[in-house]
Amino acid sequence: MANKLETIDVNLHYGDFHALKGISLAIPDHSVTALIGPSGCGKSTYLRLFNRMNDLIPNTKITGQVLMDGEDIYKIKSSKIDHLRRTVGMVFQKPNPFPKSIFENVAYGLRVNGISDNSFIENQVEKTLRQAVLWEEVKDKLKKSAFELSGGQQQRLCIARALAIEPTVILMDEPASALDPISTGKIEDLIFELKNQYTIIIVTHNMQQAGRVSDYTGFFYLGNLIEFDKTKKIFTSPSKRETENYITGRFG
Amino acid sequence: MTHLDSELRILKSDILEMWRLVVLQLEKGKEALTNFDRDLAEEVVENEKRVNSYELKIDKDCENIFALFQPVATDLRLVLASLKISNNLERVGDIAASVADFVLDAEQDFNKEILERTKILEMYSIANEMLADTLEAFDNEDTRLARTMFKRDKILDKIDEAALDLVYECIITYPEQARNSLLVMSMIRKLERVGDMSKNIAEEIIFYFEAKVLKHKKKKQKEGDE
Ligand SMILES: Nc1ncnc2c1ncn2[C@@H]1O[C@H](COP(=O)(O)OP(=O)(O)OP(=O)(O)O)[C@@H](O)[C@H]1O
Ligand SMILES: [Mg+2]
Repeated sequence: MANKLETIDVNLHYGDFHALKGISLAIPDHSVTALIGPSGCGKSTYLRLFNRMNDLIPNTKITGQVLMDGEDIYKIKSSKIDHLRRTVGMVFQKPNPFPKSIFENVAYGLRVNGISDNSFIENQVEKTLRQAVLWEEVKDKLKKSAFELSGGQQQRLCIARALAIEPTVILMDEPASALDPISTGKIEDLIFELKNQYTIIIVTHNMQQAGRVSDYTGFFYLGNLIEFDKTKKIFTSPSKRETENYITGRFG
Repeated sequence: MTHLDSELRILKSDILEMWRLVVLQLEKGKEALTNFDRDLAEEVVENEKRVNSYELKIDKDCENIFALFQPVATDLRLVLASLKISNNLERVGDIAASVADFVLDAEQDFNKEILERTKILEMYSIANEMLADTLEAFDNEDTRLARTMFKRDKILDKIDEAALDLVYECIITYPEQARNSLLVMSMIRKLERVGDMSKNIAEEIIFYFEAKVLKHKKKKQKEGDE
């Protein structure tokens, strides 16, 4: 399988603080990769490399290469950064719907991309709401405010919103941490379905979740990538003692 | 379908494949003995490697499922049952191969009279049917069929108990086939174990579908709802 994403010896500094220390990692196309590790180890920072969201934080310095489909996304023209952010969807820890209707939340990304064909937009909204396993629950109240949905529904709405612009990569930063087990299960099943079409990276504090949803797992600690391997390998016989200690809860 | 469901489906299909292979091993073994077909016996011995690799694959499947999904309730019982069933199937596979090995060990055709009088072919058939029926019981969630193993095993035990005297008679009657008679004795001792393994498997099937633990219970309770 070709690598969709790759970082080569990436270092990131927030001012003087060295947050990512020489991270080299290749992520195959159409796979789910989980990033695990204790709080503050650099997972979210690493995730944000791929849509250049770290650029928005002042005083960050990035060295090394970040490749998507073999192209260094930090060397592209600034006019193409918008395009990049369109091919990379992101879902955050807390559901963050816009203060708009359910329909408009999903349609938004299409409209800002200049699409005005209403029947196309309607089709796309329905399609992605179905993909996000939300359609049946909202099809009769599409004009209602997104805030009238439950947390789990809002999160699936945000996933639908991310899917609507047809990205090829989806970044998820603890997408289920605020959800009950049923909603969490739905999101996990959704991730499993989506990987046929997308390349997904998910940050999670829930080790069982990493086991259930991912093909590959990376363990970060203090800005270092300690171990990266097939999830099956990491969860049955990791190579590094630190990984073993972390996943068995014997850390520190 | 959830991710766990798809992993369990793979596990189940691996188990079924292994099961079919072992049933086939026993059937070919019987045919090899009946027709004194050395090539077929050789094939059975060769195929034991495949049985073993299924066991390793299933062990690995189960290990991954435990580590990644922490299965509970019926899912947990399926994984536990699969581990034990594949372990028993592997042992039946060993038996099939060693019986075939005895066929290869024979220096001449087995006298039909000996096969008749010692009841080894009858025993072979019963053992094969038992194992094939455990497969059917699992596939069709048929715990009644699984429960028949406990009675059927006794028929194998009887044949095994009677074997010593019968083989002794054969040695006296057909001294030129003394060696073959001893081989038949060894085969009978092996085949008797297939009954025990089919019983073990039946217990796992009942555990999986009914969540009942039958191990170490009195026979009457096991045959229970028949
Ligand atoms: N905007 C920022 N400015 C300065 N330092 C930052 C900034 N964002 C993160 N850091 C620091 O970088 C390190 C990595 O942070 P990051 O958010 O990537 O961790 P994380 O692994 O996602 O943690 P958590 O599991 O708590 O979300 C932390 O020590 C954090 O304090
Ligand atoms: Mg984070």
